[in-house]
Amino acid sequence: MAASGWPDRRAAHALAFAAAMVLLLTWRHERVFAAFATPHVDRWAASLFVLLALPASVALLIYDARRRRNQQARPAAQGRSLLQLAWRRFTANRLAIAAVYVIAVFYLVALMAPIIAGYDPSALEDVLATRYQPPSWAHPFGTDEFGRDLFSRAVYGARVSLSIGLLAMLVAVFVGTLYGAIAGYFSGLVDNALMRLVDVLIAFPTFFLMLMLVGMFEAGIVVLVFILGLTSWTSTARFVRGEILSLKEREFIEGARAIGLPAHLIIARHLIPNAIAPVLVSAAFMVGGMIGAEAGLSFLGIGIRPPTPSWGNMISAGQDALFVAWWIAFFPGCLLALTITAFSLLSDGLRDALDPKTLMRKYL
Amino acid sequence: MGRYILKRLLQAIPLLAGIATITFVMVHLAPGDPMDMYIEQRSQREFDPEVIELLRKKHGLDQPLPVQYVKWIGNVARGDFGESFRYRRPVATLIAERVPYTLQLTALALFFDALIGMTLGILSAVKQYSRTDRIITVGSLVMYAIPGFWLGIMLVLVFSVNLGWFPTSQTRSLDYELLSAPEKLLDRLWHLALPVFVLGVASAAGTARFMRNKLLDVLSEEYVLAARARGLSERAVILHHALRNALIPIVTIYGLALPFLLGGAVLIEKVFAWPGMGLLAVDAIGARDYPVILATSMIAAVLVVLGNLVADVTYALVDPRVSYGGKRLA
Repeated sequence: MAASGWPDRRAAHALAFAAAMVLLLTWRHERVFAAFATPHVDRWAASLFVLLALPASVALLIYDARRRRNQQARPAAQGRSLLQLAWRRFTANRLAIAAVYVIAVFYLVALMAPIIAGYDPSALEDVLATRYQPPSWAHPFGTDEFGRDLFSRAVYGARVSLSIGLLAMLVAVFVGTLYGAIAGYFSGLVDNALMRLVDVLIAFPTFFLMLMLVGMFEAGIVVLVFILGLTSWTSTARFVRGEILSLKEREFIEGARAIGLPAHLIIARHLIPNAIAPVLVSAAFMVGGMIGAEAGLSFLGIGIRPPTPSWGNMISAGQDALFVAWWIAFFPGCLLALTITAFSLLSDGLRDALDPKTLMRKYL
Repeated sequence: MGRYILKRLLQAIPLLAGIATITFVMVHLAPGDPMDMYIEQRSQREFDPEVIELLRKKHGLDQPLPVQYVKWIGNVARGDFGESFRYRRPVATLIAERVPYTLQLTALALFFDALIGMTLGILSAVKQYSRTDRIITVGSLVMYAIPGFWLGIMLVLVFSVNLGWFPTSQTRSLDYELLSAPEKLLDRLWHLALPVFVLGVASAAGTARFMRNKLLDVLSEEYVLAARARGLSERAVILHHALRNALIPIVTIYGLALPFLLGGAVLIEKVFAWPGMGLLAVDAIGARDYPVILATSMIAAVLVVLGNLVADVTYALVDPRVSYGGKRLA
C-alpha cells in the first residue's frame, strides 16, 4: 500500500473500530461503569476491553501515520517475504476479507456480551406479559416461552458456541499435527501402528462417535471441547503425515540430521513449520465444523444444556414452539449458517493465499 | 477381479475388529460400569448389594477384563449386542427394525445428492466464471454451511405449518392401512420428501463443488485440447471425453459421503421423528441405554466400512488404471 492518500485501509479500519467503541460507550456507558461494581470477572473484562480499545485504536492510528511518513521519507527498495506475498494475496480476496469481518464482529460481540446484551440471558421476567413476543425494537429476536430476550440469549450463546468451536479446533489441530508428524517422521513400524488406529477411528462416523462419548460422560463445556477435539483430529493427522513424508526427504532435513539435531527438534523446528500451511487451511474450516457439531449435539439435548444458552439448544427450544413462535428457531440458525460460511470462506481464502497451486490440487 | 474383492474383504476384517475393540475400550473408559448404569436406569430405590453382585455375575462383569474382551468380540461377531436396558429386548432386533428406515433415507438422499450435485457441478464447470457458475458456487458454499437440522425445521415451518404441503413428521399417515398399494407408496414418498431433501442438499453442495473442480482439472488436460483441435463439438468434448474421466474420482467421494450422511441422519431423524437408527441412538443416550448406544455406533461404523469397500471396488471397475494387485500403472 504505497502513497494512496491519507485515509488508507488500515487507518479506516482503526477509525471505524474507534467510532464503534464510542457509540457503544455512549449507548451503554452506565453498564460499562456499573460492571466494575460487580464481582463478575467476565463483565470486568468486557468493560475493560471497551475502555482500553479506544485509546489503543487511537495509538495505532498515530503509530501508523508516523510509520508511513518515515517510509515516504526514504522509499527504500524492499524485498517481500513469502508471508508478505501470501498476506497480499489474502487481502486482495474480498470474500475472504468479508469473512474475516464477520468472524471478528461475532467474536467481539461475544467478548462484550454483558455490555451489548440488553437483558440478563436467563432472567425470567413477568412470564405471562412478555412470553412469545415477536421481534421488535425492544426485543430484536423476540422472546421465548419464559419471556427471556432472545437477542441477549443469542449474544451469550455466541460466547458458548464460538469459544467451543475455537478451543475444540485447537485440541484437534494440536493432536492431529503432532500425531501425523510423529507417524511421518518415524515411518516404518511406528507409522504403521499409528496409522492403523487412524484408519479405525476414521471408520466411525464422527458425529456418532461424539454422540456416544458425550452421552457417556455427561459432558460439561470443558469435556465437550475435548470430546469434539479428540474425535476430529484424524484427517489432520493424515495429511500432516503425508506432507512430512515428502518433506523429510529434502536436503534441509538431511542437513539438520547431519549436524546431529535430535528428532523432536527436527520435527518441531523444521518439519511442522514447513507443513503448517494446509494445517491452517483446514483449521479455519474445522472451527465451522466444530461449531456445527456443538450446535447439533446441543440441539439433541446432550451438548450444552439449558438454561445456559447455545445456538443449538435455542433452535431445539424453537422447534418445540414452532407453531406459535417461528422467530425462536429462526435467528440462531441464521447466525450459525453465517458463522460456518464465514469460516469456510476464510479457509478458502487462506488456501488460495498460502499456496495457490499445489494446495488447490492436493486438498480440493 | 474376484480376487481383488476377496482381498479387500479380508482387509476389512482387522478394521472391523479394531472398531469392536475401540467400542469396548470406550465402555470401560466411561465412569462407572454398565451395571451401575443399569441399576440407575431400572430403579429409584436402593438395590441390595447381594443382588447387584448376582447381576454382575449374570452379565459376566465380575470376570477379568481380557476375558470380558474376548467374550465381547465373540458376541459381536455373532451379531449379539446384548439386551436393551430400556426395552428389555435384544439390541440386534431393535436395530434390525430401525436400519431399513435409515437406509431408505440415506439411499434416497445419496441419489438426490448424485442427481443434483453432479448436474450443478458440471453446469458450473462448463460455464466457468459465468453468472451461473458464481451463483452455484456461492449457493453450494452456503448450503454446505447451513445446519441441516435447522433447515429441516425451517422447511417444516414454511411447507408444513404455513402451506400444509408436506407432513411435519412421521413415516406414514394415520390412515395408511386403509390406502391402496399405489397410494401407500405415494404416502411414503410424500413423508420422505422433506427429510430426504434436507439430508441430501448439504452433501449435494459438497458434490457440486468437487465435481466442478474435477471437471475443470480434466478440461485442462491435453487430450481435451486434442479433442477440441480435431473439431469436435463442445458437447461431444464434454460428454464423451472430459466428463467420463472426471466421474472416476467422484466414485470415491460417495464412500466418504456415507459417514457424513449417517451423522446428518441422526439430526434429521430427530427433527422429523423418523424412527431410524439415529433416533434410536439419541433416545438411548437420553435413557442411558448403554448396549443400544454402543451397538448403533458400531453398526454405523460397519456401514461406513462397507460403503468404502463398495466405493473401492467400483473405483477398480471404472478405472482400468487401478490394477487389482493394488499397484497402479502410471
